Amino acid sequence: MYYRKAGIILPIIVVLLLSGSALRAQENALERTGYTAPDKVSDKVSDKVRDKVSDRVSDKVRDEGQYTPVDTLDEVVVAADRIREIVPAQRLSGRQLQSLSSNSIADALRYFSGVQVKDYGGIGGLKTVNVRSLGSQHVGVFYDGIQISNAQNGTVDLGKFSMDNMELLSVYNGQKSDIFQSARDYASAAALYMVSRRPRFKGDRRNNLNFKVRSGSFDLIDLSGLWEHRLGEHFSTSANVEFLNTSGRYKFRYSREGGYDTTEVRRNGDVMFVRAEAGLFGRMPKTDFMLKGYFYWSERGYPGAAVKKDYGISLLNEDRQKDRNVFVQSSLTHEAADFYSFKVQAKYANDYMNYVMPPHSTVQPMDNHYWQQELYLTVSNLFSLNRFWSANLSCDVQWNSLDADGTEMFNANFIQPRRLTVLSAAATSVSFDFGLSAQASMLYTYVHDMSRRGMETAGDKNEWTPAVIVSYTPWKKAGLSIRAFYKKIFRMPTFNDLYYVQLGNRNLRPEYTSQYNVGIAYARTFPGTWFAGMQASVDVYYNTVKDKIIATPTSNQLVWTMVNLGYVEIRGADIVLAPSLQFGPVGISARINYTYQKAQDFTETKKDEGYEGVISTYGDQVPYIPLHSGSAVLGVSYGTWNFNYSFVYTGERYMLGGNVPVNYIQPWYTSDLSLSKVFRIRRTELGVTVEVNNIFNQQYEVVKWYPMPGTNFRITLSLTI
Amino acid sequence: MRTIKSGTIFLLIPFVAAVCGCRGELPVLPSEPVEVNPWDTVSGDICGFFVLNEGNMGSNKASLDYYDYTTGVYTRNIYGERNPDEVKDLGDVGNDIKIYGGKLWAVINCSNYVEVMDVQSVKHITKIAVPNCRYLAFKDRYAYVSAYAGPVKIDPDARIGMVVKIDTATLEIVDSCIVGYQPEEMAIVGNKLYVANSGGYRVPDYDSTVSVIDLVNFREMYKIPVGINLHRLEPDRYGNLYVSSRGDYYYTPSKTFIIDTRTDVCTDTLHLLPNSNMTLCGDSLYIYSTEFSYLTNDWTVSYAILNTLTRQVVTRNFITDGTDGNIQVPYGLAVHPVTREFLVTDAKDYVSPGTLHCFSPDGKRKWSVTTGDIPAHIVFTRKPLIPLEQ
Repeated sequence: MYYRKAGIILPIIVVLLLSGSALRAQENALERTGYTAPDKVSDKVSDKVRDKVSDRVSDKVRDEGQYTPVDTLDEVVVAADRIREIVPAQRLSGRQLQSLSSNSIADALRYFSGVQVKDYGGIGGLKTVNVRSLGSQHVGVFYDGIQISNAQNGTVDLGKFSMDNMELLSVYNGQKSDIFQSARDYASAAALYMVSRRPRFKGDRRNNLNFKVRSGSFDLIDLSGLWEHRLGEHFSTSANVEFLNTSGRYKFRYSREGGYDTTEVRRNGDVMFVRAEAGLFGRMPKTDFMLKGYFYWSERGYPGAAVKKDYGISLLNEDRQKDRNVFVQSSLTHEAADFYSFKVQAKYANDYMNYVMPPHSTVQPMDNHYWQQELYLTVSNLFSLNRFWSANLSCDVQWNSLDADGTEMFNANFIQPRRLTVLSAAATSVSFDFGLSAQASMLYTYVHDMSRRGMETAGDKNEWTPAVIVSYTPWKKAGLSIRAFYKKIFRMPTFNDLYYVQLGNRNLRPEYTSQYNVGIAYARTFPGTWFAGMQASVDVYYNTVKDKIIATPTSNQLVWTMVNLGYVEIRGADIVLAPSLQFGPVGISARINYTYQKAQDFTETKKDEGYEGVISTYGDQVPYIPLHSGSAVLGVSYGTWNFNYSFVYTGERYMLGGNVPVNYIQPWYTSDLSLSKVFRIRRTELGVTVEVNNIFNQQYEVVKWYPMPGTNFRITLSLTI
Repeated sequence: MRTIKSGTIFLLIPFVAAVCGCRGELPVLPSEPVEVNPWDTVSGDICGFFVLNEGNMGSNKASLDYYDYTTGVYTRNIYGERNPDEVKDLGDVGNDIKIYGGKLWAVINCSNYVEVMDVQSVKHITKIAVPNCRYLAFKDRYAYVSAYAGPVKIDPDARIGMVVKIDTATLEIVDSCIVGYQPEEMAIVGNKLYVANSGGYRVPDYDSTVSVIDLVNFREMYKIPVGINLHRLEPDRYGNLYVSSRGDYYYTPSKTFIIDTRTDVCTDTLHLLPNSNMTLCGDSLYIYSTEFSYLTNDWTVSYAILNTLTRQVVTRNFITDGTDGNIQVPYGLAVHPVTREFLVTDAKDYVSPGTLHCFSPDGKRKWSVTTGDIPAHIVFTRKPLIPLEQ
């Protein structure tokens, strides 16, 4: 079946390849005929772009001490005098990001401090991210500036986002402290921003072409192509297609000292996806424009928990999931006057998901279809009143719908929910010459739920939530700054929480989080010396999650409901250290993260019954949150050679159900190596990357009974014309 | 220079950790004995009881606990250390436990097998694969296991259930018989095997029958129409069979039905007796209920005793000292056949360790102990458990 689909997709890629080379040929022909008119124009543009790039790079070096030349173009900064981010985010970008061995965005996020990635074992398994133990539903995920939402269950599966063509990942605690943003940028407890590559052209080039082929363990085949084209002075286009297929099969081993020892094969973990993106980008002196379309289609098996099975019979997990995600988004930023800029963003998303449990693998067959739609519009208005003071007013309107088709029972009780959300944010920033910057924002959220079938829905919500961010840099030259923030925010109960048939509870309240953070950051470069620079930061924080929405069983294993029960307190520290060395042609950069998190569950019902012989789990560490975790990355570059070593450590944790011996999960740590070399033949670049992951073949689990792969290999060939 | 040194050290940390850090293997999980009630003297011939903890689905945490009446020691998780070579311990979701002859039988639902152990050593003897197996019953030389998953060919869209017949001497499946949808508990009265069909996976088309199987030729004779979503069966001493219905959690509440096994007709419906689980001791039928409604998103718990002779409710709360307020979700119930002390387990939030409470015959709490996850099924033993030789 896959091969038939592959048969459709491969020709598309071939056509792209051919048209790409045709274009190149055409361009060469133009050069030969001395057709030079557009070059002047493009020179001008590229100068401008170069200036902006170098501006941004120098900003970045100042902000976070990044020394390898960062070939990243951020969102363009239009407003001249605006106040920039008060507290910089953790970022991974450019070559550093690409040289980390990552199958998906989720893998790359392991290198951020304070971030926990939950990985349900296997290539196709669900991957979610949790920042500072607040819960994955509190993390806003933004793609090229606009949030990706999932009104159905509130979490974004990061396994579905490819690293191909990704240029920048940044994680913010609290919120992005850049003032010029939509109300939704203020509306989550933590945020992950994914920024894909924006076209840029070297010299007089009008087209960029890049092809990648990747293969390796798990029968992986991954093909991608990128074509960027310059349209006149101000506009450019970009098209990117990727196809991936993997069997997701790998061996895993479970053993006990002096006891059983079993090796099994992870099955039903295959994935096939096609991703296509196209963009139109415009950049004029006071205006920045982007229009982007995204298409993703996938079919995958859900490998399930590797619990004890009797293989004499056939009830093995055969769950399948199909996804189709489409969105179109656009943004326009314009500096209307010296003191006033505005930004308009719009998005339409249409998602389809099909989950199948085939009748031969289960006694409760399922074939559920879900359709989600989202319409989103936001306007942000930035007033830069003077050099010290700016203010932003933004208003977002969002409409979500969920339709479904499942069992008779499901359909009879499914309410077909619709949700209208209106968000308004008012924010103000000050930045004084003596080194003090501050931002305060207030967000108002109105949520109105409806049922297409006229059934009862949850009541309207009106919530006001504030945030304050302060940063103080006493001596600019010393590179030292002190920062602090407070933020209160909530997450709405999702459609599943409220209305899922035989689970949902309409009476749920929003789940509130409060965050208090203080930190100190140091960033300095030492140009011309071998100790090229150093970036370091330490943050300590205290968070609470109140009215946590949890599933609770009622009378038997099949009948659950959602309640506002949990209360969690989190005390933690994040430490980042990134030194950078330069010995002649050899550049060494390192990045070390350490996270300490004491996340305690003080849910009222877990309180001690006060009986002897009864263990209390009140105040226990939250499941799957390690007390200690960290990562280290070491990159060495020498000319066109690049070597990368990365190490991830996750300390001991407990699975669901209290910190008792049966729930203990061993620490795990993996080491990954990658080596890459770029060959330059005239204007063509051929890159070769070889990766060995989990080199010590450690058998580990992120989630109990979801085994992760042992040693695995990958090779990537990349051709840039 | 100091900065340089510390930088180098930091760079070395991961290498050192990676090279030296060969992780030790996980040991076999040891049992955890807790002394809970050393003060009582033993009465009768009951030596102790086993508790089978279900463990939440997908967590592979079915576990076995043992309480020793001679020492008053409750020991959690005895299976692993007695059977270290059994891959992944007991498996996923324990659903029933019974003793027959010298063997201890446990049904492991989501791991699709029946575990057979020696009752005195709890050493593994064999496992018998039965897809989606649920409950046990015994008569003469045979064991009967109800299972959700009958043959696929009969009804490919929603598999009909079956009862499997196992020879207790050879420990092999000798026959099977198709019953209703998602069959649950069984009861044997005379030469007839009664099976409660729930149809719980077919909502809203619940099954509503009790299948009657003739044990002579092991074929279903007929189905008795009773009520939707049936679960438990308990015969009394007068030829009546009590049947529990879980209702639909919306409009049809849980209740108790009575079948006269002489005529095989449902003769009585006890509307005001919601029933999640029941157990008989003499003429007293102990019933607890946790009744949930999706209409109100609320649930009510009750603990009742019904006199099977008079068919009158003797009490609506057999826990008399008010400690029932500490029980979140009652999930298991057993009455000591000699002393009439009774045990109630609390499954709590299903993912945390549960609690077992022991009550005196007059309903006062005597002792409590933490169990495994979802303590559910209790069986008393007349043969003492032999301590593990070190």
